[in-house]
Amino acid sequence: MAGFLQQVVEGLGAGAIYASLALALVLIYQFTGIVNFAQGELAMFSTYIAWQCVAAGLPFWLALVLTLVVSFAGGMLIERVIIRPVEGAPELTLVIVTVGLFIFVNAAAGWIWTFLIKDFPNPFPGGVLEAGGIHVSISTLGVLGVVAVVMGLLYLLFRYTKIGLGMRAVATNPSSARLVGIRVGWMLALGWGLAATVGAVSGVLVAPVLFLEPNMMGGVLIYAFAAATLGGFDSPLGAVVGGLIVGVAETLAGAYIGVIGSDLKVGVPLVIIVVVLLLRPQGLFGRAVVERA
Amino acid sequence: MRVSAIGCTALLLLAVAACGGRDSGGGTTGTAASGQCQGQQTTGITDTSIKLGGIYPLSGPASAYGDIPKGIKAYFDYVNAEKGGIKGRKVEFVVRDDGYQPPKAVEEARRLVEQEQVFALFQTLGTPSTTATWDYTNQQKVPQVFVATGASQWGTDTAHPWTIGWQPNYISEARVYAQYLKTEKPEAKVAVLYQNDDFGKDLLGGFTQAIEGTQIKVVAEQSYEVSDPSVDPQMRNLAESKADVLLNITTPKFGSQALAADAKNTSWNPLHIVNNVAASITVLKPVGFENVQGVVSSSYYKDPNDPTWANDPEMMLYRQKMQQYAPGADPNIPYHTFGWAVASSFHKAMEAATCMTREGLRDAVRNLKGVKVDMLLPGVTLDTSQSDGFPIESMQLMQFKGERWELFGEVIDTRKEFGPLTG
Amino acid sequence: MSETDSAQVKRAPAPPAAPRRPAPAGPLAGRWRWVAIALLLAAACYAPFQLVPFHVFQLTMVLVYAVALLGLNLLVGHAGQISLGHGAFFAVGAYTTAILLDHWDGMPYPVTLPLAAGVAFLLGLAFGVPAMRLRGLYLALVTLAMAIFLAPLLKRFEELTGGSMGLTLAKPAPPAWSGLAPDQWLYFLTLVVAVAAFLLAHSLLRSRVGRALHALRDNEIAAEVMGVRLSSYKTLAFAWSAMFAGAAGCVYTWVIGFVSPDSFTVNLSITMLAGLVVGGLGTLFGPLLGALFVMFVPSISQDINDAAPGVIFGLLIIAVMYVAPTGLAGLAERLIKKIPRKE
Repeated sequence: MAGFLQQVVEGLGAGAIYASLALALVLIYQFTGIVNFAQGELAMFSTYIAWQCVAAGLPFWLALVLTLVVSFAGGMLIERVIIRPVEGAPELTLVIVTVGLFIFVNAAAGWIWTFLIKDFPNPFPGGVLEAGGIHVSISTLGVLGVVAVVMGLLYLLFRYTKIGLGMRAVATNPSSARLVGIRVGWMLALGWGLAATVGAVSGVLVAPVLFLEPNMMGGVLIYAFAAATLGGFDSPLGAVVGGLIVGVAETLAGAYIGVIGSDLKVGVPLVIIVVVLLLRPQGLFGRAVVERA
Repeated sequence: MRVSAIGCTALLLLAVAACGGRDSGGGTTGTAASGQCQGQQTTGITDTSIKLGGIYPLSGPASAYGDIPKGIKAYFDYVNAEKGGIKGRKVEFVVRDDGYQPPKAVEEARRLVEQEQVFALFQTLGTPSTTATWDYTNQQKVPQVFVATGASQWGTDTAHPWTIGWQPNYISEARVYAQYLKTEKPEAKVAVLYQNDDFGKDLLGGFTQAIEGTQIKVVAEQSYEVSDPSVDPQMRNLAESKADVLLNITTPKFGSQALAADAKNTSWNPLHIVNNVAASITVLKPVGFENVQGVVSSSYYKDPNDPTWANDPEMMLYRQKMQQYAPGADPNIPYHTFGWAVASSFHKAMEAATCMTREGLRDAVRNLKGVKVDMLLPGVTLDTSQSDGFPIESMQLMQFKGERWELFGEVIDTRKEFGPLTG
Repeated sequence: MSETDSAQVKRAPAPPAAPRRPAPAGPLAGRWRWVAIALLLAAACYAPFQLVPFHVFQLTMVLVYAVALLGLNLLVGHAGQISLGHGAFFAVGAYTTAILLDHWDGMPYPVTLPLAAGVAFLLGLAFGVPAMRLRGLYLALVTLAMAIFLAPLLKRFEELTGGSMGLTLAKPAPPAWSGLAPDQWLYFLTLVVAVAAFLLAHSLLRSRVGRALHALRDNEIAAEVMGVRLSSYKTLAFAWSAMFAGAAGCVYTWVIGFVSPDSFTVNLSITMLAGLVVGGLGTLFGPLLGALFVMFVPSISQDINDAAPGVIFGLLIIAVMYVAPTGLAGLAERLIKKIPRKE
């Protein structure tokens, strides 16, 4: 039993990582209505900026603040420069542009910082808590805690601020939003900026666990997609719960289902995505959208 | 309008076709060989130059290996500028990108051979890319030397005499660890973490073969995919086995993750053996040196991050020349060292060749006897024969102490311990 | 004239995934078009006798990718469904062929083509059933996950697929009567398959099916209301599209003679989709132009920036989307339209 619970704890640890990136995906989807395939790579790039600041001698927390600011500005800049020219284009064009961005950012990071693993400081103290034969590392708890806080902040942003209201208006119907005086362009840029910031938090959280190198986020992306799909692309709470469920499901399937084993457990997010989309396309916490022809 | 689009394409194709000339590709650029070498191929080599081609992943997820050609280039630039080239021939090294995709590797191999008219393919990287190209190179009778992969088939296969590996093959490396366990822990229960590809399978297979008939047992196996974000779940499963030895067959990032997971888990403390691919100081340092004390591995070349070699003349030369000829590249990256050593091996092989021809190179790389190469560990030499296609088969064990690897024991020649490797 | 045209296009509501098919050319164009195609075909037949084997090989691979992109074009360009996992069907075709040739001695290689295409078709059909309920980005996610899942799955069935080492096979040798070199023979085999695929796709789109697919793409709900049996056509679009990819995979195995899980990573799927969009969705020549892009742009990227080809490749994809939102085929059309105006 202790073994099983330990697996669950490991799954939650992995799930927290997926959830952190899923939050950024959900955020950008809320603001702009697109799924950003480059989100993970942007998070990785932000993490390198943080690493560079620390390597230059800045204290960690200052470096973090600086990174969040730079990421926010960088995200807005990307929207203005790269996404703007194809605004309003068919979905597919946007998918391809974010895929191009993915390839570009990944290669650029390798070019600037090489593909060697970087030594990224862990913001949380090392050490392990033990209760009833189950071990939980403090850093896992820290990641879970930060993810919960970010989730809460996003919830407040979506629900109780004017920005949140405007954002929802833009995502639902850009032309109507424009008519009622919302500056659609700036809302989209804001969305990219905020998503990049949340992504940066995600990158900094996971770097001590996954180790920082240009492909750090590549493997996380599909799990984050599964998490966002499961929870619903319009719910921060859903993203986190989805992430945790995906993490636990994947870990348990890998450990206890012989046919799956550790080599096929990447099939778990695939199954989750398909099943969710077939049974409840809006996700656990999402709201169903009624299509208007 | 569409008419013109098609017309333009057709015209373009015709124009391309017209100026190519199918037979123009067959000509040789080299000077004719004479004496005993008469009639042999001299494409890509003259009295003053040698043209070589290499294929590496410079883009895509495996681009970390793209650092190897930088070390090679630095070595050749150094030899060209300060030693007058190889036997008076300046080396030109053309690098092409295959993105670790076999079809792209085939295309680039053909480009190098047919268009660039290289003398030899000097390294193709990765088992898939090499397997996809070696039929072609052998049909064309183009040497494909010192391929950058440790699969055992380059040495055991007899149908491809033009292809040869360089680094110790993964099976030999596995034998080294088996040998170590036999003396240190003859009743070891081993848990294995391995990458689910040719590299991981070869090493694991070699290990299980080498422990046959002993008291050593593999009690748990877990594999991971390179697309997995982390190996933490696998490490958790292995910990359940309570094995007393962990064999860690991973590539750098996953190596770090596994070492960190092992350090984090205080209730399971196996003897941790990490394979050479992930044994660089650059892998251990992010985990924290205090967390990797006592880890065992093996090596065959000098790690530039290891203070043991700080005053070693070969190392000092390497650092100095890297700085001079590859100013942007960090000499501490072990891939650069690897490139330097393999380029130096090529230099030695060409110097030993009786004919400066493709056939001469093919024969020379299969007739290396105790050849010493810069940056290899003392006691590790290149040895091949017609029946032995593995240049390096010796490795030395090492254990991590303080902030560096400490070599211990003798250099283990797996040929002597286990007999030659055959297909 | 063209100014007002483009302005109108801009104002028109954007279809969910793809631009409309360009308006048919003038009355003369119809006849000239066949002349031009004949010319292109003649050039394609003439080329291998003039080019060095390396270039013949490159053209062969262009044709292989073109066949796969023809299939993808049916799904994405004509039916408006996004697939980020088409490399998987390509791989299924390639592996079917490789396994057939590897496990049955004396299996004549032409037989593998219909079998590979058939297996891919059935798989596409099976996959099309859940896919028919998905749309847009969700479909993209599912297909992406499928492409990622493929590699470990191939490794699992080691007995059959050769595991991570893959399978190495002999390439089809030219029969003595042809007098062709091996590279030329492979080229002509591929050319025949490509022309057949082209004609098949063309006639498919001219039929009822093509109209149904376009209706599906342009307005799914309206199409359903008008009586297009949405689910069956969507599923079929998937299956046909997979069939073309499977056929391309089969020819790929003939030409390369080696399959391994590393040959069909998720990058292949993404590159294929990017190539098609760059080439021109829903156009006749988009797949061919896209195949040229897939084949040649990576090496051009390396020529521009040796240190990090990916930087250039990524930028080029984005740049083409700006310059030519309707793809290179659309761009060529626009440019050609402008020429007579200048005179």
